[in-house]
Amino acid sequence: MSSLVIIDSECANLNSIYKAARKVALEPVISDNPHIISSAPAIIFPGVGSFAHAASLLSKKKLTEALLEAIARGKPFLGICLGMQLLFSKSEETSLSRLNEPSEGLNAVPGEVRRFPAGLPIPHVGWNRVDPVFEHPLFAGINDGAYFYFTHSYYARPEHKDNLLGLTEYGFSFTSAVISGNLYGVQFHPEKSGPAGLRLLSNFGKIIADQL
Amino acid sequence: MLAKRIIPCLDVRDGRVVKGTRFINLKDAGDPVERAEFYNREGADEIVFLDITASFEKRRAIVEVVEKTADAVFIPLTVGGGIDTVEFMQELLQSGADKVSLNTAILKNPGLIQAGAERFGNQCIVVAIDARRVNQSAPADNLQWEVYSHGGRYPTGRDAIEWAIEAERLGAGEILLTSMDADGTLDGYDTALLAAITGAVGIPVIASGGAGTLEHLYQALTVGKAHAVLAASILHYGTYSIKDIKNYLAAKGLPVRPINN
Repeated sequence: MSSLVIIDSECANLNSIYKAARKVALEPVISDNPHIISSAPAIIFPGVGSFAHAASLLSKKKLTEALLEAIARGKPFLGICLGMQLLFSKSEETSLSRLNEPSEGLNAVPGEVRRFPAGLPIPHVGWNRVDPVFEHPLFAGINDGAYFYFTHSYYARPEHKDNLLGLTEYGFSFTSAVISGNLYGVQFHPEKSGPAGLRLLSNFGKIIADQL
Repeated sequence: MLAKRIIPCLDVRDGRVVKGTRFINLKDAGDPVERAEFYNREGADEIVFLDITASFEKRRAIVEVVEKTADAVFIPLTVGGGIDTVEFMQELLQSGADKVSLNTAILKNPGLIQAGAERFGNQCIVVAIDARRVNQSAPADNLQWEVYSHGGRYPTGRDAIEWAIEAERLGAGEILLTSMDADGTLDGYDTALLAAITGAVGIPVIASGGAGTLEHLYQALTVGKAHAVLAASILHYGTYSIKDIKNYLAAKGLPVRPINN
């Protein structure tokens, strides 16, 4: 049985994450089966696209409960980009059909997701620096302020400082990595961030191995 | 702070790279995968493949190139050239491309930008604009640029600035802007065109066409306010390495991703 499940969120970068995980000697399976997900020893939750679309897809595929169950069991869990944003309580990114309501997330990390203020180019695309706010095995062997690849128009604001793991400057300092126990989220794309990104994925693999 | 991106562009025909002379250290400089790996090792921030395959039947070749490159190179990969359906976008993205660059097809059918952005997200959709000055002798405060289609062959009657604004409105995540006047000259980017477009849209703009010196790249990023520079000839013919470019820009105070990040 594989130790790592990549959630099939039907997003465009699913294969890139699969390839990068394989590159660092992880043996992931891609799945959208709620039973496999809820009992998975570890999870990577990728996502690109719109918050509302992704949230409704999760509920349509009956994955919301499975993801929450996996999180509640305290298994290593890494949300990437929109996959990180979906861990939060809600987002300003509305669906076309429910224009004035904020979209609901998994609420595993209290806080909300907001659009970058006008002024700087949006989306925030390219390589930017990530400063871990404390030493953590996820960033082991990665320089403070190492560059990672970002592409997003919304950013997460955790309610509690304890959930802050990494910060990035884009006009102001925003949360680029979050933590809650064994649950991690990164706004950037480790699978597209060269050696630094592969190292982070390999570190996540070590976190998984240490807990098996 | 967001780094200025240096992006090598490889022209690919029938699955083979068609430009470049300096690659004596590569077994096969015509292999797009090997060339992408080379630029990745050199510190490229992204890779762009422009597929110039003429025959429709041979278009499958680029999918295979993308698939193999994504197995070996873990930086963003953009593919452009002849993309005219959401299905083909999906095929390229699933094969490992991160973005698709749209050009000729969206001039006939701008709705394709929206369809792609809604399906895959804005960040996947790059709108490539090939623009040429309408009147070469116009005064600096009255410049106009016209959009060309089919790799710069046919004028479309569209104003480049208006088209860029329209592309952003329809959901483009980035604009890849080529000056046809400057392309191939090595005389520098058309910084007036860049400044006009970067001033008109709120999405990142990648400068293309005309780089011959390191100062040209700097000018595109400062005077033209571009967020990234596409480079072909100066890299392929060995005039400069990516390290040379990044060292120059960093010395002039621009943020770049260090090569040994």
